[in-house]
Amino acid sequence: MSQASGQVVGVNGNMVSVQMDGDVSLNEVGYILLDDPTTGESKRLKSEVIRIRGGRAELQVFEMTRGIGVNDKVEFSGQLLAVELGPGLLGRVYDGLQNPLPELAEQCGFFLDRGVYVNALNRAKKWEFTPKARVGDSVERADTLGTVPEGMFQHRIMVPFNLHRQYTVKSIAKSGEYTVDDEIAVLTDEDGTDISVTMRFEWPVKRAIDCYVERHRPIRPMMTKVRIIDTFFPVAFGGTYCIPGPFGAGKTVLQQITSRNADVDIVIIAACGERAGEVVETLREFPELLDPRTGRTLMERTVIICNTSSMPVAAREASVYTAVTIAEYYRQMGLNVLLLADSTSRWAQAMREMSGRLEEIPGEEAFPAYLESVIASFYERAGLVSLKDGGTGSVTIGGTVSPAGGNFEEPVTQATLKVVGAFHGLSRERSDARRYPAIDPLESWSKYPGSGDPGMVEYARDVLHHGNEVGQMMKVVGEEGTSLDDYIWYLKGEFTDSVYLQQNAFDPIDAAVGSERQEYCFGILFGLLTSKLNHGNKDEARNWFAQLRQRFLDLNGAQWRSDSFKRLESEIRDTIKEKRAGTEANAMDLVGKIRS
Amino acid sequence: MKKVYSKIESIAGNVITVTAEDVRYGHLAMVTSASGSSLAEVIRLAGDRVSLQVFAGGRGISTGDEVVFLGHAMRVSFTDNLLGRIFDGSGKPRDNGPRLEENLVEIGGPSVNPAMRIIPRNMIRTGIPMIDLFNSLVESQKLPIFSVSGEPYNELLARIAMQAEVDMIILGGMGLKYDDYLYFREVLEEGGAMSRTIFFVHTASDPVVECLLVPDLALAVAERFALKGRKVLVLLSDMTNFSDSMKEIAITMEQVPSNRGYPGDLYTQLAARYEKAVDFEGAGSITIVGVTTMPGDDVTHPVPDNTGYITEGQYYLRNGRIEPFGSLSRLKQLVNKDTREDHRSLMDGMITLYANYKESMEKKSMGFRMSEWDLKLLKYGELFERDMMDLSVNIPLEQALDRGWQILAECFDPAETGLRTELVNKFWPGGCTEPDEESA
Repeated sequence: MSQASGQVVGVNGNMVSVQMDGDVSLNEVGYILLDDPTTGESKRLKSEVIRIRGGRAELQVFEMTRGIGVNDKVEFSGQLLAVELGPGLLGRVYDGLQNPLPELAEQCGFFLDRGVYVNALNRAKKWEFTPKARVGDSVERADTLGTVPEGMFQHRIMVPFNLHRQYTVKSIAKSGEYTVDDEIAVLTDEDGTDISVTMRFEWPVKRAIDCYVERHRPIRPMMTKVRIIDTFFPVAFGGTYCIPGPFGAGKTVLQQITSRNADVDIVIIAACGERAGEVVETLREFPELLDPRTGRTLMERTVIICNTSSMPVAAREASVYTAVTIAEYYRQMGLNVLLLADSTSRWAQAMREMSGRLEEIPGEEAFPAYLESVIASFYERAGLVSLKDGGTGSVTIGGTVSPAGGNFEEPVTQATLKVVGAFHGLSRERSDARRYPAIDPLESWSKYPGSGDPGMVEYARDVLHHGNEVGQMMKVVGEEGTSLDDYIWYLKGEFTDSVYLQQNAFDPIDAAVGSERQEYCFGILFGLLTSKLNHGNKDEARNWFAQLRQRFLDLNGAQWRSDSFKRLESEIRDTIKEKRAGTEANAMDLVGKIRS
Repeated sequence: MKKVYSKIESIAGNVITVTAEDVRYGHLAMVTSASGSSLAEVIRLAGDRVSLQVFAGGRGISTGDEVVFLGHAMRVSFTDNLLGRIFDGSGKPRDNGPRLEENLVEIGGPSVNPAMRIIPRNMIRTGIPMIDLFNSLVESQKLPIFSVSGEPYNELLARIAMQAEVDMIILGGMGLKYDDYLYFREVLEEGGAMSRTIFFVHTASDPVVECLLVPDLALAVAERFALKGRKVLVLLSDMTNFSDSMKEIAITMEQVPSNRGYPGDLYTQLAARYEKAVDFEGAGSITIVGVTTMPGDDVTHPVPDNTGYITEGQYYLRNGRIEPFGSLSRLKQLVNKDTREDHRSLMDGMITLYANYKESMEKKSMGFRMSEWDLKLLKYGELFERDMMDLSVNIPLEQALDRGWQILAECFDPAETGLRTELVNKFWPGGCTEPDEESA
């Protein structure tokens, strides 16, 4: 494709209209050649074509537009907005357009100067390549040509995904050290044309990578080591979930905890339009935290895409796509990838700003009419897939939503709820009461199967509901007007909340609870919930529960299977046995079934 | 050399349109009319039609007035001579002092590279126990004061300005009542703090466009001083006025409003200002304390709501006191572990007890019988409000901690406080129930 050029005819905020000369495609990248004689500033500003109308292209500029003038030249690249894929992505910190931020800092110092772009992958670094394909092999896109070790993973060097035909391997590099620019194979297509392949290639961010055999229903639970999620509102490998919540309810903290503890191979963090300070915590802490499964630092399995709230808005929109494309790339290697997007509302707002500049007819709360379909197609990029080599890989997406005024009725939350498989709604009431994680147990839901017995979980959920009802009633009629039976249900609900739903993120043991321990402790709790208790009066019941709660909290803080854990456990079991007088009537069937 | 355009084609609100060549986006022009001259900023280019936002407003501008493009964007002088001076929203002196033209720097510069940021680590002491003890302010933090009109938020801000342990203060006033502006000036002059203060003040009667420039001017100057190694505290009052000016301008420019008339980029605009708060490794820092008045005491109003998503916590000012509930400094954990060993525990313990006091108050108001425990709590609540929460209390952190122990000792037995035994042993005044003689 011959590369088109053009010149600026209008500027409105970060949108620039260009009179073009030659063919231009939608979402193509163009560079505005800012040449301001008054300040002597001369820059190439990256932008993307977002509308073409009447011979004019409208570009959203990924940088500040100050200083652009009419008649400034524009170069179109002929390429869609793309990310660079290859070894060396892990452990890096990128902005929304995949510029490595530490390298930008080396060049520009404290500030993000506009018009400075750095290669995403290190060109000088050598990788230890081991060939897998042999000369004469017939290959197609996403087939493995060889591998290089990247941290703890075998990074597959694949036939670039943008080669859509059948090829024969004409030559392949020997084992040895190569940079990402060195030729590692030559492929011949059906017409006999030779194509040189290196370890890196580009893929347009807004197109899902589809080099898999089949997509599967996500049913295998992905442990986050947060009890309320894993037991009550589980997430599955290849699934999607969202965390809406008002400010200060702990969305970001929950994401940070998940990014540390989730049982996945790779975590991609897309900090999209949020506070820079929060990214900094991850940035500074991850290189020092060890992943208990592998013994390596968490940074080695993490990629951070960081486009914080004060960075250019258009790049914010691109950042979630950059993140999901990198996630899909590693999925192709048979890995389980978790993408955490914080926050999708800021991404939607970026779309809204652009839509306003384009003077499109606004939908609800001025969001564009295509908001829902864009959100849906983003979450649909998650999935569990089987690959050609028989393995599987998955991309799981968890997005936070920041609804205006904490009101879940707003368009972004509603559009998201339509397409996700689990909903972890945070509530202001719970966070004000310091009940963390502030996931509302009564409103949240999940369509994925958990690791525990569904009957038991359902029973515990009923106890929570019933306890809550009694609690509401008690606010009106007072403790005096509540029957002892109901009061015990209320205490059981509160007990479940404080020892199981709540979790102390600052306690080294309680912060992350593995699935085995979760099921075990849930079993103890279930034993209590299904027991009929013979308390004489409410005060006695309340004190008994308070003591039991203290023991259970101590148990939560004890090392799994340590002596103190065993001692506390038997104390708890003994205390329950003392007051136990048979099984609750509504649990008879369930308990009988579990015994058999 | 500079070309003069004298044909203004349209005037709508504060926006005028002229046909001109070689104009760059974001640059300034000087518009001279019968009523004086004003700066204007290029806000839209469409072919050779240039739309400009006139800082002094469109009123009185005639189609035949002269427009001269200056060929640069909005700038502010940055020198040590700024200290002790007062400027308006277009950077002109308000205090009859000389205009400053040397070392001009552009405002609204690029954002800080997140990779260059560091985890905040220094506490800023203010002498206000509700801040120092319960929600410590941290260097490089951005914190708004949420309040309703009529609360003494400007008094609080002035006290923070006087007492905060920083190198310099930059006060950005937006839509300030003239009285409030004079109040700030008097307090700082009397307190002898003028020499470390710079004012950028837009009063309620000034042109609305200038209101938008105040935070950018204040923060651009703050950034330069911070890069020179100064610890700068920027006080912004009131960010709701800033947002309202933005709304006014957006509506006159016929932008599609998103929520209650505010433009869709409200979040981005606010974030661009608040995110200037930073701690430069090896240099100074910027800390921002702003005021956000909540219309109708409604925290879900777009301005406090968007602000809450941007800032690192908030102080609720209600009934002349900083409320312990709802108020939060998200960064306090980073500093209150290094102050005194009892800081965190005392903070948590006292707040829990105060929450219990509130419950007892509720019971009391509903006519329930008060138990002995309730009576203790009621006494505690009263003392806590009088000796801790009252804004007139002005003591350093260590004294505030001691006073906290005293209040506890006056009301409770050590075991009732839920505080760890080793702390009680070390800090409980005298270990008896009559602490008054003991206190130093």
